[in-house]
Amino acid sequence: MDPIDERDLAKIINCADCSPQRKETLSRRAFIRRTALLSASGIVLLSPHAWAARTLAGSKRRVIVVFLRGAVDGLNVVIPHGESAYYDARPTIAIERASANGGAIDLDGYFALHPALAPLHDAWRDRTLAFVHACGSPDPTRSHFDAQDFMESGTPGVKSTQDGWLNRTLASMPGAHPPTEALSLGPTVPRILKGAQPVANLPLGRAAERPMPLDRPVIDQAFDRLYTGNDALSRVYREGRDSRRRLMNELDKDMTEANAGAPSPKGFSEDTSRMAQLMRSDATIRVGFMALGGWDTHINQGASNGQLANHLRPLANGLVNLQHALGPAYQETVIIVVSEFGRMVHENGNGGTDHGHGNVMWLMGGPVHGGKVYGNWPGLQTAKLYQERDLAVTTDFREPITAVLKTHMRLTDAQIERVFPGLPAPSGNVSGVVTA
Amino acid sequence: MDDISDASRRHQTLHLLNRLAFGPRPGDVERVNALGPDKYIREQLHPESIPIPPNLTSRIDDFRTLTMSPVALFAEYERPIRDAAKSARAQADGNIELRDATRDARMHARIVMREAVEARLMRAIYGTRQLQEVMTAFWFNHFNVFAGKGLDSVWTGSFEEEAIRPHTMGKFRTLLGATARHPAMLFYLDNWLNTAPGSPGARGRFEGINENYARELMELHTLGVNGGYSQQDVIALAHILTGWGIPRPRDENESSESMPPVEGQRQRLMRRMRRRARQFEPADPSGFYFDSQRHDFSAKTFLNHGIPGGGAAQVEQALDILALHPSTASHLSFQLAQYFVADDPPEPLVTKMAQKYLATGGDIRAVLETMFLSAEFRDPANYGAKFKTPYEYVISSARATGVTINNYRPLYGTMQLLGMPTYGCLTPNGYASTQDAWLNPDSMMIRLSFATAIGSGRLPLDHQPDDDEANGGPPVVTKNPNRKIKLLMNDDSDRPGRQRMTPPDPNTVAAALGGYFSKSTTDAISAAPAQLSTALLLGSPDFMKR
Repeated sequence: MDPIDERDLAKIINCADCSPQRKETLSRRAFIRRTALLSASGIVLLSPHAWAARTLAGSKRRVIVVFLRGAVDGLNVVIPHGESAYYDARPTIAIERASANGGAIDLDGYFALHPALAPLHDAWRDRTLAFVHACGSPDPTRSHFDAQDFMESGTPGVKSTQDGWLNRTLASMPGAHPPTEALSLGPTVPRILKGAQPVANLPLGRAAERPMPLDRPVIDQAFDRLYTGNDALSRVYREGRDSRRRLMNELDKDMTEANAGAPSPKGFSEDTSRMAQLMRSDATIRVGFMALGGWDTHINQGASNGQLANHLRPLANGLVNLQHALGPAYQETVIIVVSEFGRMVHENGNGGTDHGHGNVMWLMGGPVHGGKVYGNWPGLQTAKLYQERDLAVTTDFREPITAVLKTHMRLTDAQIERVFPGLPAPSGNVSGVVTA
Repeated sequence: MDDISDASRRHQTLHLLNRLAFGPRPGDVERVNALGPDKYIREQLHPESIPIPPNLTSRIDDFRTLTMSPVALFAEYERPIRDAAKSARAQADGNIELRDATRDARMHARIVMREAVEARLMRAIYGTRQLQEVMTAFWFNHFNVFAGKGLDSVWTGSFEEEAIRPHTMGKFRTLLGATARHPAMLFYLDNWLNTAPGSPGARGRFEGINENYARELMELHTLGVNGGYSQQDVIALAHILTGWGIPRPRDENESSESMPPVEGQRQRLMRRMRRRARQFEPADPSGFYFDSQRHDFSAKTFLNHGIPGGGAAQVEQALDILALHPSTASHLSFQLAQYFVADDPPEPLVTKMAQKYLATGGDIRAVLETMFLSAEFRDPANYGAKFKTPYEYVISSARATGVTINNYRPLYGTMQLLGMPTYGCLTPNGYASTQDAWLNPDSMMIRLSFATAIGSGRLPLDHQPDDDEANGGPPVVTKNPNRKIKLLMNDDSDRPGRQRMTPPDPNTVAAALGGYFSKSTTDAISAAPAQLSTALLLGSPDFMKR
């Protein structure tokens, strides 16, 4: 494999039908246009506006879920710095109280923000960022896999649920369901979006923009004939092909216009930029999902600096980036940041924290009534802890999500019941967190 | 078997090759057809009876690191990285030569994972003991460790070679015990740190209980998540497992850190100790070490069994209890049946397998035989019922085309793109084998790209990679899929100097697969340009399944 610059390769990909001289110069945009023309005989490329025109009023409302896989230590994200038990339990990993030299960023006199999340302080002051503390799953499991599964299926304690709550949300939304109604960025479609509704998926990073052999009409048509049926494989094939055509079309346009020569962001910020730009330009995309890993800090978690801080910083930057790149659409978007469970109140013998229970949920966006830590704080005294070791859960994770789906996404009670069957009566801990 | 038609017999043969093997190679269908299904099953259940092709043996023997002990691997590949990094740190002004030395040592160490991955793929593609290869992948996945985690970058290959491969069809207790003693597992699930609080050896980062391994040992390795254990059992097992690990870092034994912790000073101390903890100097070549100084010697109650006070014997007793527990029998039987029969395996079959497991004291071969001879396994309704995982898809493609492979990178790179890097599963539950985990629009597009690239000869699989192999080559286990692979797969150009291979002959591929294709597939192939035939065979719904 000879080392070739990726840009050069991108230029010469798929140009078997153009002359040698032009191979070097034909841009990818031109290639896409060419593809669109050539495939016009077979399948008509959809204009994004065709779908937009068909959707109902108020349908620009969007929701983006960011899943922090591995159980982020919520007690070091939104720190109860008004509570001495916190400092007693964490001799080496507690975040120092706010001071002139840094430390935690005070939020309301009782809670404070991890200093690595400083970029989000503006959203807090703008009142578009809220937290729900002592929030989590009613299921007691401390297994990542089960807890993530329950938080994605939306049915804690019920393992047999086949689809994810975000996919059921799609099914409940009014209007036609284009294959790009939900966009997931990641290697594969996650559990939360599994289900009957189609979901578009793009890989992370720059790989999202690469053309594939399937973008060539002759190949694409040949495979089309293999997958004409109504079976699962055929349906998935057609979804992949359709959403690919649409997204490649949008991405090509967006990236060239929006970047305007500026250096592209990297990592999570690159992905949040792409998500935001696609959402802005394609009104059919109403549900977004992204996941970030690296939160399972059993060892050497660090405090104001260190492992956890190094993961929180790009998260904060990515979210701020998402806010800015969404532009006016931020006013119609709610971003939900969740993680499967919290971590033990006491640090362990390795300068880390083991699996716990209650955590903090983040809500961000124009419709969020922010600048407030919601919830019913149970405290960290031993008697108040779950099984005498973990932050208790006083707000079911489905309750704030329900507020978003109901008030913001306008789902009816009957639709909510389908998204979260058997949802317990609300505690009222988060009333008013989302405005209509 | 005389009463069934030739066609259905060939179909059954293909089923066996899809399940007991990673799909047929050219000629396999004829060979197994001649042998008959029962003989083939018996043969595969006794891999020692099957000769290995001499050229495969000699190629595997070339992988020197595959048979090195964990301690030797540490000494040769990990120690130089640490030494170089230490010298580089000592030169505060950032001596470039020393930093380069660290980088070179890291590059050099990549060869360990590369050899492990290539040996795994080579045996899966060319090996004659196919069921052994399937079971090695199955059990590795069951006892997953992540090669991207610290020391496991040099130990994961050894884990498979020593703890998994020799025990795939013996007693489950032996397999369980081997994984429990291998340093790759003890490091991956943190048990090397698990220490009885207040024990004589409790110091520094070896200060308290770490229940990570104890939990996964029950939830994933044996009983299963609904296997009837409580948080109390997790805690009890974590205490039983205290001191069960790898040798304590040498510098931390001569500790002088008994000063009262002071704010700031303590943090410096912790930092220093962490640095020291990176040293590792084992005495036993296996890398396993039981540190009685950190063990909790008290008597425990575990899963309603009283376990008398004692040292490492407590662990053996706990493993005995776990291995022969009825929940373990059901959990393992379910997983085997889900892998070999159907995503929702028939309950009566799982029950029958679990009964066999308990009746034979956890004999894996006996459970497999029960399954393979069952009506459920042989039910034509289950033929082609399993959607291939990315690993199975890529391996079976390489087998069906019969291409000569001297460059494995496009193969494991494709697995990375499809979200299934070999030895790259972060979480201890391993990869799922079910359709819902792998069938999605995006990966469908990637599979078809791969099928197109291999079918058109644009993946240079027969070309020995000529770049930095001596230095270990590019990283095998990475956080991000290898972008070069995607470019290679998607590059349709015929630029000068481009490496290509002779495209596989579609007739050979079709014959290798026993000629079993649906009418819609044959129609689609005849309607398309001839040079797309192999791509369409490998990209067909028929070949996506096993």
